[in-house]
Amino acid sequence: MPKVPKGDLTLKAAAATAAILIIGLLGSLAVELFLGSTPSINKFGLSLILGKTWDPLDNVYLYGAPPFVYGTILTSAIALLIGLPISLGVAIFLTEKLKGKKTIAYVLGTVIELLAVVPSVIYGLWGLFILGPFLRDYVEAPLHRYLGFIPIFRGTPLGSDFFTAGVILAIMIIPTISAVSRDILNAVPNSQREAMYSLGGTDWEVIQKSVLPYARSGIFGATILGLGRAVGETMAVTMVIGNMPNITASLFSPGYTLSSVIANVFTEAPSALYRSALIELGLILFFVALIINLLARLLLWRMTRGSHFRI
Amino acid sequence: MPKINPNHATARRRKAVDKLMTSLIVVATVLAIVPLVLIIADVASKGIPVISLSFLTSLPGWSAAGVPTGGIANALFGSFIMIVIAFLISVPIGVGAGIFFSEWPESRLSTISSFTNDVLAGFPSIVIGIFVYIVIVLSTGTFSALAGAVALSIIMIPIIARSTEESLKIVPVTLREASMALGVSRWRTVLKVVISTGRSGLATGILLAVARALGETAPLLLTVQGSNLFPTSLFQPTAALPLLIFNYGMSGDPTLEAQAWGAAFILIIVMLALNLSTRFLLGRRLGEVRAEI
Repeated sequence: MPKVPKGDLTLKAAAATAAILIIGLLGSLAVELFLGSTPSINKFGLSLILGKTWDPLDNVYLYGAPPFVYGTILTSAIALLIGLPISLGVAIFLTEKLKGKKTIAYVLGTVIELLAVVPSVIYGLWGLFILGPFLRDYVEAPLHRYLGFIPIFRGTPLGSDFFTAGVILAIMIIPTISAVSRDILNAVPNSQREAMYSLGGTDWEVIQKSVLPYARSGIFGATILGLGRAVGETMAVTMVIGNMPNITASLFSPGYTLSSVIANVFTEAPSALYRSALIELGLILFFVALIINLLARLLLWRMTRGSHFRI
Repeated sequence: MPKINPNHATARRRKAVDKLMTSLIVVATVLAIVPLVLIIADVASKGIPVISLSFLTSLPGWSAAGVPTGGIANALFGSFIMIVIAFLISVPIGVGAGIFFSEWPESRLSTISSFTNDVLAGFPSIVIGIFVYIVIVLSTGTFSALAGAVALSIIMIPIIARSTEESLKIVPVTLREASMALGVSRWRTVLKVVISTGRSGLATGILLAVARALGETAPLLLTVQGSNLFPTSLFQPTAALPLLIFNYGMSGDPTLEAQAWGAAFILIIVMLALNLSTRFLLGRRLGEVRAEI
C-alpha cells in the first residue's frame, strides 16, 4: 500500500474536526437548553406546558406556555394562508410564464430574493410604523365594521395584533417558498408538460394537471421550510404583535409568540426560575424547529436527489 | 383530427379559466414585489433626512432638556467588532467543514454533518441566543461583544460550509486530475488547485454570511445588551446596529424613532450592496467556470 502523505492526513483531520464541530454544536445546543430548563421542569412538571396564565407583573409568578404556543401557531397559519398562494403564483410566473425569457426571470427572481435580504428588525420597524397603521385603517376597520359578527373579526382593530404579525410573516416567507418552489418547478421534466399540451391542454391545465402534481412533494417541502422561518422569526413579530399573552379567536387582539416572549422578557427575568421557564419555552421552540426542518429537508432531498437548497 | 369548435361552451370555459389563472399569477407576482419596493422607499424617505456626518460619528447624547441629540457611532463600532470576531471564528470552521463535505462526500461523517448543517441553517436565531447566553454570558458573568460574536458565528458557519461545498464541487475534475497526474499530493491539490479555482464562490459565501450576521438581532438581544459608549474590552455590554434599531424603534420617543429609521437606512444599504455585489461576482464566475468545462 502506498504511503499516504502526512499533509493528506492533516488536511482530512482538520476538515473532519470542523465537520464534527458542527454536529457537536447542534448536540450541545440541545443539551444546554435541556439542562437550562431542568429547574423549571422539576418545579412545574407539565403544568408549564398545560398552564394558562403568565403574569410577569404579579408577585406570584405564574407560568404557562399555551398563549405563546397559540400565538406562534396562529401567526404562522395566517402567514401560510396569505404567503403560500402568492409564493406559488410567483414560482409559476417565473418558471412557466417566463419560459425562454431568462433575463427577465433572473432579474425578477433576484428582486424577490432580495426580500429575504431585508433584516427582520427592519421588517419590524416598517410593520410597526407603516404596515400596522395601514392595516388597521384600511383592512381591519372595514372587516370589523361589516363582518364583525364573525368571531375572528371581533375585538378592537389596533394595528399591533395577530393579524399584522401574520401579514409581516407572510411577506417574510414569500422569498423562501417561492425561490425553492421555483427550483422545484424548473426540475419538472418538459416531457411532463409536452404530454399535456399534446392533449390540447391550456397553459393553466398543463400547470394544474401535470406540473403541480409532479412537484407536489417538493412544494410541500418548500412550504414546510417557509413555516420553519415563520415559527422561528423573532424581531419583526415582537415589534408588531402587541406583546400580551392572549388566547382568543379574534385576529385583532394583541398576542405573544414563543420567540417574542423570549426576546422581550429574557434579559429582564426577575429570577433564575423564571429564566429557566423561558429556556423551557426555547426548548419547545427547538423541538418544533427541529421537526419542521427535518421534515422539509427530507422532502426536498427526496425530490431533488441530494442537491441542496440554501435558504 | 377533430376540429375544436371555439364557441363550444366547454372550450370557452376552459379559456376563461386559463385567462383568470394567468391574471391571478401576475397579481401574485406584483403583490410579492410591492412590499420590497415600499420598504426600501419608506426606509429611504424616513432615513435619509436623519443622516449626517455627526449622526455617523458621535455617541448617543442628550441635551439639557433631555432630548436625544447624538448619533450611532457606538452601534456601528460594536457591529464592526462583532462581525470581525465572528468572521475569525466561522471562516475556518465553515470552510473546513465545506472542504470535508466536498472532498469526502461518501463518508458517514459527511452525510450526518451535512444534514446537521442544513438543520442548523434553518434554526430560529433566538434559540442560538439562549444557547450562547447559557454558555458564555452566564459563565463570564457579563453581556459582551464576545458572546455576541460567538452567536453570530454560529449563524454564519452553516452558510459558509454549504457555499464552500458547492463552490468546490463545481471545480472541474479535469483540473484536479491534471494536478494529481503531475504527482502533486492530494492536500496540495485541494489547497492550491481546487480552492484557488473555487475561491470566488468561497468569497461569495463568506460575504453572504457576513451580510446575514450583520442584520441579525434576536441573538444579540440575549448576548450583548447594548450600550451608549464605545466598548473598552470584549467583556462588557456593547452596542450593535440592528439592536439599536429595535430599541430606538420601540422607545416611544419621536427623536429616537427617527434615528432608528436613519440607522435602518444605513443597514439596508450595506445589506443590499453586499448581496447585489456577491450576486454579480458569483453570476459572472459561474459563467466562466461553465465556459471552461
